[in-house]
Formats: sequence, structure tokens, C-alpha cells
Amino acid sequence: MIEAIFFYAFAAVLLLSAVMVISARNPVHSVLFLILAFFNAAGLFVMLGAEFIAMILVIVYVGAVAVLFLFVVMMLDIDFNELRRGMKQSAPIGALVGGILLGEFVWMYLTWPELAPDMQEKVSQPMPHAEAVSNTHALGRILYTDYVYLFQLAGLILLVAMIGAIVLTLRSRPGLRRQSISAQVSRNPKDVLKVEKISTGSGVS
Amino acid sequence: MWEIGITHFLVLSAMLFTLGVFGIFLNRRNVIVILMSIELILLSVTVNLVTFSAHLEDLAGQVFSMFILTVAAAEAAIGLAILVVFFRNKSSIAVEDISTLKG
Repeated sequence: MIEAIFFYAFAAVLLLSAVMVISARNPVHSVLFLILAFFNAAGLFVMLGAEFIAMILVIVYVGAVAVLFLFVVMMLDIDFNELRRGMKQSAPIGALVGGILLGEFVWMYLTWPELAPDMQEKVSQPMPHAEAVSNTHALGRILYTDYVYLFQLAGLILLVAMIGAIVLTLRSRPGLRRQSISAQVSRNPKDVLKVEKISTGSGVS
Repeated sequence: MWEIGITHFLVLSAMLFTLGVFGIFLNRRNVIVILMSIELILLSVTVNLVTFSAHLEDLAGQVFSMFILTVAAAEAAIGLAILVVFFRNKSSIAVEDISTLKG
């Protein structure tokens, strides 16, 4: 009973905030509703017993991705109302495609046969008992052993993404006066300093 | 209704996915909201994976949802970087202005 109440509360806020993400007039509000949606999804994950994924969702998504979105939305100076022009024309097509998609999902769930009877033997990473080993501990045990290559590959993907983002956004502006350390170090006193003897009474020409 | 099973989570995930697809169509001129819709779609996929992981008591699903989070973070970073570069060049982020490759 109490589980159902929590589920419906999380699900309702998740879906409502998803609706607000795609329909909000101001993109800053869209990002804030996206953050709310991630928080509610994290709540659902805690209900499912996946605490580590829930915390990752809050830390990585809310802490990094959503803040990145927020930065970009606030940095760009765009008339967002102009971008909403033509929304009314594309809404019916979107509703049609979305309706067909949802209909397919519902049809699939209604006609879904039972899970395969030998499903329990096909489980590749059986979950240990929650009392004995916590979710995070169990995930760590398999992530660094069975999935270590995939884990390294994920790190490589993040590295490539990081370098790509830096390369894309880094620019050298011509009018800027930057410190050039090599030019400073290679300066020779002989080239730039001149000592002159000035006799008394005469000026410096 | 008061017994929460796998179907509830799957239906929720399907509705979230549909909302994401609908958002792409609804905001087809605004790249930022399209990227956010893609995040919603990836979130629904993650919900699906974690649901089946909990139902089948198989931890592999949670490992793969972590990889989805990785790819989503990389995709958001690259997408927003491209968006910033595009805005510097064209002073616009409307999708129909992205036509330089048309020749």
C-alpha cells in the first residue's frame, strides 16, 4: 500500500515534469523540470533497490549534465519565443507519432507472453541477498571484474567526449594580448638593453 | 492497482519514452529542447533496464544502465559544445539554419 502511494507519487511528478520539459515557454524552466524528473526517477530507482544507480543519477545528471544545460541555456542570447513559431503545426504530427508509439508499447505489454520459463537459469549476474551485500558493493564486485573492459571503454568514451568538447569550443582570438612564456624566457638582455655613458652637461639624444 | 509490479514500471517507462519522442516533434526548431528530450528518452531506457534488473534479480542490467548514463553524459557534453560553436558562427540555434552542408 505505502509502496503504491510512493510509486504513484514519484511516477506522477516524473511524468508531469517530463510534460513541462517539452512544453515550458522558457528553456531555463525546462532544465529545472528536467532536474525534477531526474530526482523522481532516482526515487523510483531506490524503490527498485538500485540505490547506486539512483545516487549516480542525482550526482552525475543533476550535478553535471543538467547544470551544463543550464549554463548553455543561460549563456546563449536567443529569442526563444521565435523558436516556438510553428509549434502548433508540428504538434499533431508529433501526437500522431507518439500515439502510435504508445499504442505499440501498450499492445506489446498486453500481448506479452510470460517470461521464458528458463529465465532464472539465464541470469548472468545473480543478485546477492540485500542483507549480506549492499547494492553498491555487489555492483563494484562485478564492475571491476567481469565488466572491466567495458568499464575502461566507458572511461575512454568520456575522455574522447572531454577532448572533443574542449577542441570544439577552444578558439584563439586575434586581438587578445596573452602571456607568451616562451617569448619571455627566450628574451636576451643583450638584445633589449643598451648601456650608454653620458658625459656631464650633455643630454640624451 | 495497489500491488506494484513490473508492468507499472514498464508502462511508466513507455510513457516517458513517448513524451520524449513527442518533445522532439513539438520543439523541432529548438536544439536545446531536442537534446533535453533525448535525455528523457535515455532516462526511460534506464528505468526499463533497472526494472528488469530488479525483476530478474540480475545485476547486469544495472551495470548497463550505468554505461547508458556514461554515453548520455558524453552525448550531452559534445552536443552542447557543437551547439555553442554553431551559435558563435550563426548567432542562432534554429534547426532550419543548420544547412551549411547542403552546398
